[in-house]
Amino acid sequence: MIRLPLVLFFSAGLFSVGVYGVLARRNAVLVLMSIELMLNAVNVNLVAFSQLLRDTILAGQVFALFVITVAAAEVGIGLAIVILIYRNRETINIDEVNLLKW
Amino acid sequence: MSSQEIVFVVLGIVGLGAAVRLVTARNVVHAALYLVVSLAMVGGTYLVLAAEFVAFVQVLIYVGAIVVLLLFSLMLTRAPIGREALDNQQRGISALVALGILAGLAFLIQDAFRDARIEPDATPTGAVGVSIFQNFVLPFELVSVLLLAALIGAVVLARKDLP
Repeated sequence: MIRLPLVLFFSAGLFSVGVYGVLARRNAVLVLMSIELMLNAVNVNLVAFSQLLRDTILAGQVFALFVITVAAAEVGIGLAIVILIYRNRETINIDEVNLLKW
Repeated sequence: MSSQEIVFVVLGIVGLGAAVRLVTARNVVHAALYLVVSLAMVGGTYLVLAAEFVAFVQVLIYVGAIVVLLLFSLMLTRAPIGREALDNQQRGISALVALGILAGLAFLIQDAFRDARIEPDATPTGAVGVSIFQNFVLPFELVSVLLLAALIGAVVLARKDLP
């Protein structure tokens, strides 16, 4: 037996830390890491509610798997863009990347 | 407090601590290693919630693949050391926003789910597989197309001889 608020507080804490990381970091790779934290918080919620509602088709867990897959795709594209920016600008500080076209 | 709750709280505290260290670390490689700890603890919470397949996928994909990808990109780009080099000037207001979100979420959780209890039910991997291939076939195929598109996109973007 687990009290649901415990799980949800853990997830909310993880999400808030991720928000802080996205807002306060200027290195693009660290921003991507913080986004991963936020996606994980969502996954914890999906699994917890899947167990709470005694989901017969396990939709919560399947959606958590889909979120993990989409996160992998997002990181792949994001890192390709980061490497491209580094090649062009010699920096990946996102507050210095203020041009849409080089 | 049941034994499951004790395990969950320990995992949660370690995971949250690693997450906080991740967003305050002065060295990007240390930040990536704290990310490993945080993601592994999240995988542990999936096990406590009796979602074994999600836990194994978490370890395989996040800890195995995504962190390695992040470490690769850290080594391909210049990684300065020090807080000023890694953080921008909005630390205070960012912390304010994050705490505001946390307070709002905590209030809503307390308000809506104060008495809710989870009785984790073992969900064997076979049941998840059956559900994916019976009820979620179309989303599953869409995700595979998305992964292929992302793969090709990443290769095209990172190619040296970009037209």
